[in-house]
Amino acid sequence: MIFGAGVFKGMMVTLKNFLTSYYRDRDNGGIFTVQYPEEREKLAENYRNLPFLVYDGAPDQIRCVACGICERECPPKCIHIEMATDAAGKPARKPAVFDIDYSLCMNCGICEEVCPFDSIYMDHTFEITSQAGPRSLIRGKEALARSNDYFRKIRPAMAAAVDQKRKTAEDKKKAAATPPPPQEIK
Amino acid sequence: MPNIIETKKLDGSDILEINFGPQHPSTHGVFRMIVQTEGEKIRGLRPIFGYLHRNHEQIAENLPYAAIMPYTDRLDYVNALANNFGYALTVEKLASLEVPERAEYLRVIMAELARIVNHITVIGFMLNDLGAFFTPLLYAFRERERILDLFEEVTGSRLMNNYFRFGGVKRDLTALHLATIHQIVAKFPAFLEEFETLLSKNEILCMRCQNVGVLSPETATNAGITGPVLRASGVNYDIRKVDGYSIYHRFDFKIPLGKKGDVYDRYYVRILEIRESLKILEQALAKIPQGEILNKKTVPFIKMPRNFKPPVGEAYGRVESPKGELGFYVVSDGTPQPWRYHVRAPSLINLTVLEEMCLGQKIADAIIILGSIDIVLGETDR
Repeated sequence: MIFGAGVFKGMMVTLKNFLTSYYRDRDNGGIFTVQYPEEREKLAENYRNLPFLVYDGAPDQIRCVACGICERECPPKCIHIEMATDAAGKPARKPAVFDIDYSLCMNCGICEEVCPFDSIYMDHTFEITSQAGPRSLIRGKEALARSNDYFRKIRPAMAAAVDQKRKTAEDKKKAAATPPPPQEIK
Repeated sequence: MPNIIETKKLDGSDILEINFGPQHPSTHGVFRMIVQTEGEKIRGLRPIFGYLHRNHEQIAENLPYAAIMPYTDRLDYVNALANNFGYALTVEKLASLEVPERAEYLRVIMAELARIVNHITVIGFMLNDLGAFFTPLLYAFRERERILDLFEEVTGSRLMNNYFRFGGVKRDLTALHLATIHQIVAKFPAFLEEFETLLSKNEILCMRCQNVGVLSPETATNAGITGPVLRASGVNYDIRKVDGYSIYHRFDFKIPLGKKGDVYDRYYVRILEIRESLKILEQALAKIPQGEILNKKTVPFIKMPRNFKPPVGEAYGRVESPKGELGFYVVSDGTPQPWRYHVRAPSLINLTVLEEMCLGQKIADAIIILGSIDIVLGETDR
């Protein structure tokens, strides 16, 4: 082979790629640049980034009961929970403080896996930059709360499964709570 | 700091000491070498690492077994799935857990995709070091992106997958995902052909790579080198064949071997390995059965990771990571946390022959020799 033939062949590849990239479609070697932030790619449903808390109804009715399992299992220990107490001083089964340090979170998704009350899930937002210093990335429970509708929007399949599970559990509970019809005594 | 090498005159000529790194783009991270040169020739080389030390092993010893999984992603961050695989395998050995059939197939499929991702990334960056500036790398990244998109859909993250669980995997692949993998596998050989036409026969590349950084099979074996670096020297040693861990013994694939053990062989062995991985993928996709993806015994531990207490004992599990033998050594004392946790990182051990390969070579060759070893500092320094 002539010396330089390999270089020439390689150059032809780049030339071909340069020319064909203008008319080929995106998945087939065409231009695939996305003009972020004007254009955005659709995120996959299972994409996980940072955790948020789900509420039903009003924003202060988060599902979380402050059991503290996610706090214990979180590998980098970025969750801090304090249980609220009612007027009598008894635990109120809801958090008084629920802080997540977004600057510490490693996006592993273990909190959503271990949560037995379907209340913590991983979000799709990633633009959380702030100039107010690292403390601004510690999010309290108000900042973390998202509605169930939002959850349904970002992760439709998972939210549907969770809703179904919760509904069956509630029906079961109701069925157990209603007393059985009195039996006639003969 | 004992970092200073004594400068002395050898053969009447001056020896110049050059500090290279740690902040240098071609060190692939934060790696530093002190190079002793005589003219253009390298007379001595001392690698210095530890800049990315994150206390990985000590952190792991204070965490429950399941919580270590996301940390293993951060070892070799180019292909997190191989690290997951190694760690899961070790803990399964420790706790004697079985893995369902379908999960084994899913593991092999994902691990082989990760191997492809790793090899095309490495080849791209190596060519970058050689002066083929970014064109081959971006062609490689274009293909890599398809696989990473699939990873994101399945595991939830592009790089930090956290996908393996003890006794299975986290999420099942749907028929749609399998079709996507089919498509990726079908399209890949065409890309590899193009990639090879681009540079494999390029005269400049051949001149710069052939007979540079030769590693003899004897030195490689003695130093405990593993992975493509060892196989490029002509030693047939692949843990997928030797151990046949998981279900690798069921697949028909070859171990590509190099002849000379130079930089070119290391480049070419990786391309051939991608082809073999594609073969494994094709077979796995054809044979994948239906069924469970998680061992029934471990299902409760997903919700309660702290209850997972392997019996007292120790286990060493190893996988053929794209960089070499990745081993995990875990000692359990019956508590939810490992008593001892150690990682045998292939990048670190493959680095030990760097000086051997560089002696007598030109300064510019040191960069490509380092590139051809394929180090990831996350794993080297831990």
